[in-house]
This record gives sequence, structure tokens and C-alpha cells, in this order.
Amino acid sequence: MGTRTVIPFGPQHPVLPEPIHLDLVLEDEKVVEAIPKIGYVHRGFEKLVEKMDFNELVYVADRICGICAFIHSMAYCQGVEAVMSVEVPPRAEFLRTIWSELARLSSHLLWLGLMADAFGFESLFMQSFRIREKIVDMLEEMTGGRIILGVCRVGGVRRDVPNDALADIVRRVKDLGVEMHRLADVFLQDDSVKHRLVGVGVLIRDQAAELGCVGPMLRASGVSRDTRTLGYAAYGSVDFAPIVEKDGDSYARCAVRIRELFQSVDLVAQAASKIPGGEVGVKVSGYPEGEYHSRCEQPRGEVIHYVKGDGTRYLQRYRVRTPTFANIPALLRMLQGCELADVPVLVLTIDPCISCTER
Amino acid sequence: MSDETRAAEGVFGAGSSGSTPAEGPIRSIAAELQSKFSLPEGALKVQRATRLWVEVDRGSFPQVFDHIVKGMGFCILCTITGLDLGADLGLIYHLAREGGIMANVKTRVPKGEAMKSVTPYFPGAAIYEAELEDLLGAQIDGKPQGPRYPLPEDWPLGDHPLLKDWKPKGAAQNV
Repeated sequence: MGTRTVIPFGPQHPVLPEPIHLDLVLEDEKVVEAIPKIGYVHRGFEKLVEKMDFNELVYVADRICGICAFIHSMAYCQGVEAVMSVEVPPRAEFLRTIWSELARLSSHLLWLGLMADAFGFESLFMQSFRIREKIVDMLEEMTGGRIILGVCRVGGVRRDVPNDALADIVRRVKDLGVEMHRLADVFLQDDSVKHRLVGVGVLIRDQAAELGCVGPMLRASGVSRDTRTLGYAAYGSVDFAPIVEKDGDSYARCAVRIRELFQSVDLVAQAASKIPGGEVGVKVSGYPEGEYHSRCEQPRGEVIHYVKGDGTRYLQRYRVRTPTFANIPALLRMLQGCELADVPVLVLTIDPCISCTER
Repeated sequence: MSDETRAAEGVFGAGSSGSTPAEGPIRSIAAELQSKFSLPEGALKVQRATRLWVEVDRGSFPQVFDHIVKGMGFCILCTITGLDLGADLGLIYHLAREGGIMANVKTRVPKGEAMKSVTPYFPGAAIYEAELEDLLGAQIDGKPQGPRYPLPEDWPLGDHPLLKDWKPKGAAQNV
């Protein structure tokens, strides 16, 4: 047995502007154990149910994350709507689907850029962010918000988008798809990128399932599970299948996210072509009484919003399980046995969102 | 909610007693639990075709949980939710299986008494249990040792902010 050393990694570190700390126990250059510390910026959102009514909480849910904000607010609204038996108009469900997929594009492109930056490929980082900027511009045109859209509400959505504007969005997203192909070729074919990703941080199928992994992490290990297939919002009306890779390494996780970019482009086009007319919201009266467990697929995986109301304007309990939270046990398993130099890449391959986790 | 979602989830209104074809699988899960554990009236609730709620007392929780996980294929622990129910803590284990059906297993434990860890079934549950300990003061027997989560290291022990009678102290009182 070599000499054991403990290296503190974080909470401030070069690869991630969000605070997560790992005590890395090393034997020579190999990590034998990683002990996590999170909670540096825990905000106690779940306590806010005692002070904010169930409608105001939509804004709180929208602010859980600074990347995939919209899907949080949608998951929360779906929970309250289920408790209150609210029928959301079909047009609103389709708009929710379109915005969810644009949010996924934005999030995956951000991840690809950060990943490229982490392994020192600056021009690839720039290209990813250049494409992402155009997606964020589209969200701004449609909703008024770039990241935190503030457009979801209990009973529907706050804004409609005319069909001709949607057609224009589809045209522009498809154009971006061509640019994404050029990006994908570099990520998946370049030798130096492969050198950093292939065979690094392998998580086999059984480990991923046993440790409760979600999202691209799980699908990259060969498990075909995607919450969107359950058909919430308008996902029951569009045609798609979960993107799955088998190898379970960092390259597979990268490949899943890249293939999901094109899937999202297709889903935006499908949803826009099938969107029905009509209202985008219904009036909601009364207060929630009962409980529900809402599930949605975020870019990082399944998110859970549990809501419980007791017939007053304030919820009794609100709980959020974010996908990064579910993927942390798998990260710790992947780090065991890896080289110290691979730690930053491995932390990034779970696409960590500490902002979500510290809700 | 779209028609497709309604069809997929088999949503039915409050007070509806008739079952739809979509409810078939979840009704048979409920029937199996009822016959195996002789649950009292009101302990089982089928909310919709993908949502089952089971409330069990602390004594029978291990057997019911074991059967649902190992015998009925609910091999995904989505999360554990803790609730402050006055003298008791409520615990909800949100379990899921492929196909979208969820079994939410509820139990309650008097404050100050311990609940057994479910990490032998789900190693990843340790982080959920750490959260229950920190935020609600739950006591979990058999949980692997690890750092506290999510409160900071210098947060006073015994101060659990998600309890309903918890009040902020110091400067936080004005927030």
C-alpha cells in the first residue's frame, strides 16, 4: 500500500463555479475514497411554504436552478394542478413541452462548453456558447426571460406564442441543428477529446441502477429510463425514445447529451407542428388539499416535486429532489480508483448543478 | 393535463369509484398488498393509475417495505420526504418501478425515536437520510457514517429548521 494523502478539492475550484467540496484520499496518484461536503449555499426554499402562498411559490420554484429553471416551475405546477384537479389547456401543455426542450438544449450546450473548457479546448467552449446564446435569445423572445422564464403558472402558462412565431423558432432551431452537428463531430471524433473521456469513470449498468442514478448518467450506463416517456405535458403526443449508450464511461455520457441535442430539436419541431389552438390557462380557485408527487425529466435527470396542501393558501410541505442530488452517490463511486488528474472531468460528467441541490 | 397524459395515467376525479382499464395494474398491486398484510381501511389509496399511497404503522413497515421492493419490483427509491406531524415525524418513501407506477409508503415515528435505515436496500438513500436527520431531527439506525447534510458544520446540533415550531434566530429573524 502506498502513502495515503488527503487532498481537499473545492469548494472553490477551477472547473465549477458552484461550491462542492471533496476530500480526496489518495494512494500515490489514485483516488481511493472521496468524502463529499455540500450544503455551503443551502437556501432553505422548502421552509418558504410557511410564508408564501401556493401561487407565489411558482416564482420560488423557478429560482431553484439557474440553468433549468422552467422545468422546476412546471414540475411544481403539475403537482399543485394534480392536487386541485385542474385541467390545463392542451395549448399550454404543448408550450410547456417546447420551452422544456429549449431549456434542455440550453443546458446541454452549456455543459458541453464547460466540459470543453475543462479539458482545455477553448475554441470548442466558445462554439458551444455561441450556439447556446441563440437558444437563450429565442426563449427571451417567447417568454421575456432568458434563463428564469417566469412563464409557468398553476393552471397553464402566462404567455401565448403565435403559430407563425413558433414556425420561425422551429426554422431557427433546425438551422442550429446543422451547427450542432459540426460541434458533435469534434466532441465525438477528436482524438484528444476521446483521450480524456473514453474509459474514464466507468459506471456499469447495475451500479448505476443500484445507486439511484437518473438522467443521462443512467442512460449512458445502458438503462433506458426517461421520465418524459410517462407522457406528462405534451410528451404523450410526440414520438421519441430514450437515448441510451452502453459503455457507462465519460465518453458515453457525453454522447448521450449530444444525441439528446438533436432529439430536442426534433421534439420542438414535432410539438410546434401539432400544437392545438385555444386558451393557454384556466382560472384556478380554491386552495390545494391533498398531496401529489410530480416527476419531470430535467436535462440532468428526473426531478421530484412533492406538494402537500391542507386546504389553506399555504402548503403544508414542499419537497424537491433534484437530479444532481440523486447522482452524487454515483459520482463518489466513480471517483474510487480514478487518477487524480481525471477528477475534474469526472465531477463535470455528472453535469452537477449545485444550485438545484442546495434548494 | 393533456388527454394523452390522462389516458396514460388514467386520471379519475375525486370520489370516482369505478375503475378504468389503465388502473388495472395498480389495482392488482393494491389488492396484493391488502391480502398479504391485512391493512386497515383507508391505509391504501389509489390516487390515479400511476400513484399508490400506502400508510403502515412502524411495526409492520419493514415487512411491507421489503415486499414492495423485493417482491413487487419497486426497485427505484425516488426520495424520502419527512413531515413534521406534531408529536410524530411522518416519513414517505417514494418508490417507483419501470412503467411509471409509484408506490408511496408512509409511516410515522414518534419524535426522538429511531427509524431503521433503508440503505441495505438502497445504498444511495444515505444522503436522503442525512437530510432527514439535519432538517427534521429524525434518528436513523444503521445509516453509514458520513458528513452532515445540508446544514453547515457550525450549525448547532439539535436545531432542526424544517420543524414547524422552529424560528429563525439572530439576524435571520428579520428575513
